[in-house]
Amino acid sequence: MNDDVRVALDALLLSMADDEFVIGFSDSEWTGVAPMLEEDVAMSSLAQDELGHARALYDLLAQLRDDGRDADAIAYDREPHEYRHCRLVDHGRGDWARTVVRRFLYDTADTVRLDALADASYAPLAELIGKIRREERYHVMHARAWFERLAGHDGEPRRRLEDAVRHLAQDAGTVFADLPGEGALVEAGILNAPMADLHKRWLDQVAARFEAYSLPLPTAPPHPDARHAHTDDFRWLWGEFTSVRRLDPVATW
Amino acid sequence: MVSAVPVSPTEPAVRRALAEVSDPEIPTVSIVDLGIVERVAVRDDGIHVELLPTFVGCPALDVIRATVEERLADFGRPVEVGFRFDPAWTTDRLTKAGRDGLRRAGIAPPSEGAVGCPFCDSTNVAMDNLFGPTLCRSLFYCRSCRQPFESFKPV
Repeated sequence: MNDDVRVALDALLLSMADDEFVIGFSDSEWTGVAPMLEEDVAMSSLAQDELGHARALYDLLAQLRDDGRDADAIAYDREPHEYRHCRLVDHGRGDWARTVVRRFLYDTADTVRLDALADASYAPLAELIGKIRREERYHVMHARAWFERLAGHDGEPRRRLEDAVRHLAQDAGTVFADLPGEGALVEAGILNAPMADLHKRWLDQVAARFEAYSLPLPTAPPHPDARHAHTDDFRWLWGEFTSVRRLDPVATW
Repeated sequence: MVSAVPVSPTEPAVRRALAEVSDPEIPTVSIVDLGIVERVAVRDDGIHVELLPTFVGCPALDVIRATVEERLADFGRPVEVGFRFDPAWTTDRLTKAGRDGLRRAGIAPPSEGAVGCPFCDSTNVAMDNLFGPTLCRSLFYCRSCRQPFESFKPV
């Protein structure tokens, strides 16, 4: 593997792992306080899935870097500005409707991204993706069911869903923000198309559902800074998820 | 359960020992019948076992690794337990004995079609929640025997 590919692969793995890590932690904030017991169980299970995927991706990154830092070190020993998750997952938990919209946008986008990596020429990644895809289909089923339930009910559910769509519209496609050196990944047969093409694929896939519920399709192209500029909400979340690690960085668990 | 006399570590002997290791949360199903034992190799440097996680984020992996190491320690050789994602574990890898073991634990075996109640076999059931108490299970309710139960998610 040449240096260009290695650098780009590093950026890809970090962006995916950080996406899963941050959305997983945000979802875990519903544990104990979800609107109904079934969703308490569901969000906790989704969060556990995402954190598991993040861990496996950080493990791959640790193997690639081979610098003695393990998955935990990558996940926890960074300052907030060094995280590379997308803006879509950067907003605070919000109300239930915002969580539903965020999950729907993220899960549908993540599916397009996973599909584009399924035949990656980098075997360790292709193998992991093969396994993750089987699990993510449950996430999509869950997100779609809730999106339709809120969108199809007039009154408060519909109003809150519309607010959430409006709030997240600018950042809806940020899973597909340009990745540094992504051309090298396409050339090396790791990623099957540039991020801009994946963004189009994703819009094509979700367009029908937005149209069916007369909701505005969030077509805004991802801002180039979408994986660098984080909100105060994220800085607060970072304080939460690193708090134990910062108490005793060398503890073993 | 532990043999008094060390058995020489042939591959079949190691597999027989692994058949005595249960899933940490489902005591009626061995890890062999769960279908997660992908490879067993006995070499001069020790016993190597490769396992397939049922779910990427399964929190039981460290417990399974420790239990396997403990069970194989009788052979008196170094034991190395690794996890891999290729081939992906799927619910098709459960054996007949594994599916029966799930039912005995009150868990419906995975099914892409009709799910049968593990207590009364009725298919007059309703899914309560796609997600359950562990990553690998959903929650159902049997309308025939009025019993809630869990079902293994097909993956």
